[in-house]
Amino acid sequence: MTKPFLSVEQLTQSFPDGKGGTMTVFEDATFGVEKGEFVCILGHSGCGKSTIMNILAGLAEPTSGVVKMDGYEVSGPSLDRGVVFQNYSLLPWLSALRNVMFGVKARHPNWSKTKVAEHSEAYLAMVGLDGDTIHRKPSQLSGGMRQRVSIARAFANHPKLLLLDEPFGALDALTRGTIQEELLKIWGETKQTVFMITHDIDEAILLADRILLMTNGPLARVAESVEITIPRPRNRTEIVEHPNYYAIRNHLVQFLGRRSKELSGRRSNGTPQVPETVRITMEETAEPEGDGDKSPRLHAVQN
Amino acid sequence: MTLSLNQKSALLSIVLLAVGLLIWEAAIPGQKPLEEMTEYERLTGGGAQKAGVPPPSQVLAKAWEQLSNPFYDAGPNDKGIGIQIGYSIYRVLSGYLLAALVALPLGFLIGMSPMAYRALNPFIQVLRPISPLAWMPLALFVIQDSEASAIFVIFICSIWPMLINTAFGVAGVRSDWVNVARTHELGPLKTAFTVILPAAAPTIITGMRISIGIAWLVIVAAEMLVGGTGIGYYVWNEWNNLDLTSVIFSILMIGIVGMLLDSAFAALQRAVAYAE
Repeated sequence: MTKPFLSVEQLTQSFPDGKGGTMTVFEDATFGVEKGEFVCILGHSGCGKSTIMNILAGLAEPTSGVVKMDGYEVSGPSLDRGVVFQNYSLLPWLSALRNVMFGVKARHPNWSKTKVAEHSEAYLAMVGLDGDTIHRKPSQLSGGMRQRVSIARAFANHPKLLLLDEPFGALDALTRGTIQEELLKIWGETKQTVFMITHDIDEAILLADRILLMTNGPLARVAESVEITIPRPRNRTEIVEHPNYYAIRNHLVQFLGRRSKELSGRRSNGTPQVPETVRITMEETAEPEGDGDKSPRLHAVQN
Repeated sequence: MTLSLNQKSALLSIVLLAVGLLIWEAAIPGQKPLEEMTEYERLTGGGAQKAGVPPPSQVLAKAWEQLSNPFYDAGPNDKGIGIQIGYSIYRVLSGYLLAALVALPLGFLIGMSPMAYRALNPFIQVLRPISPLAWMPLALFVIQDSEASAIFVIFICSIWPMLINTAFGVAGVRSDWVNVARTHELGPLKTAFTVILPAAAPTIITGMRISIGIAWLVIVAAEMLVGGTGIGYYVWNEWNNLDLTSVIFSILMIGIVGMLLDSAFAALQRAVAYAE
């Protein structure tokens, strides 16, 4: 078996619980992400999604386990792993353009100022920001625009892996829809590997090639890896008509509603916790959509 | 006619000034002419000029006289107001710049390192409440130079607000911004200058503004003690001359220069301010 592009091996994170013991967030989490893949991770608050994200970004150290990217072990933050934070994390004293230029300059210290500016403007244009807007400070931009700048900053650097930490969590539903489409567009153009945290099931189905499902913490684990069997290009109005859409959606809802609790709290005893691959497809059966009740015959479980 | 808020408040200021000056002018009792006095009054010294608080008209005349020739130098005890203020500003700026050279880097260190903060905090807490003038005798003895001692007193009084605000500002930089620097692989020096400094600048400048205010308060007292030159010495010298007109005039000048120094820092504060 060849190693995937990003390989997370037996990652464990525990913190002192304040009573002399330790609280284990997750144990021996093991999964991989292929090059060019868009992977979303879904789970309840407190299951350790953000911790995994911070470890992948190199901003936090795991208690044990390793993360390998392209065969090399990840240690510390790197320009090869771009991060889009939930609260945008734009530098408020710089204009939108200068925020993107800040990243590009760090990536390409030898570029001339004009080249840096042109490159930055091109990426801002890709997320639909141009003209006067890009010279405004973040405080003069709406939440959606700020997140666009943040996405442009991350993509402009061509990181090998893009980490998105609930990038649309603070946005209203309409803005979210537009930016999701912009994200798909810029991802389609750059073909980067993306690992994204989200709370939103529909968002995950729209964007991802594969969704990792996490059980509740403590002792959370990545329990399932659900393939999104809906062809690209996708858009939000068409995917809901695809026969697989509701089957996948129901599976995810059931997991988050019920099984995330049932499966939690199990110790790994040192064995790698590999998610089970789930492939849901309705195309052969071509049954009309039921009342939303999810029965096992609707999906085939592999592995 | 409608006036903007600014125009209205300017008008009110002018009215208040005029009323205040009128009351002041009216409150000063006039000297009686000699021929109207009784024998008794003349015998008890009523005829001698009384030293009274001068009316504003005299102060204005004095101001005009002084400001029309601010840089004359007619010996050690008779220099123009411009020269005196120049000396004071020179001392304040020298002491202040020395303090900034120490306080800003040290404040950065304390803000970045919790260990340095804890190690230095007791010293700061003990040294900070000491009145700067309390250092004067020690400074005079050790430095053996009144000029340098005055500068030292300014140094010691302006260092604390700058130090504490710099440390506070640096320690309070949002971790998200530091994470942005980390994910962009910026080195410590680059992070300090491109992320932490601009992020902490408003707090640092606030500390510098407080410091310059304190330094200007202290220089007057320090110059009264060390003497020789400066606006503080000028006030004291005119008091010894019983020239209250000059005393009032110089008090006003101290206020105006202090205001100018403060507004310079206010402008700087606006330049580095950012909205989140």
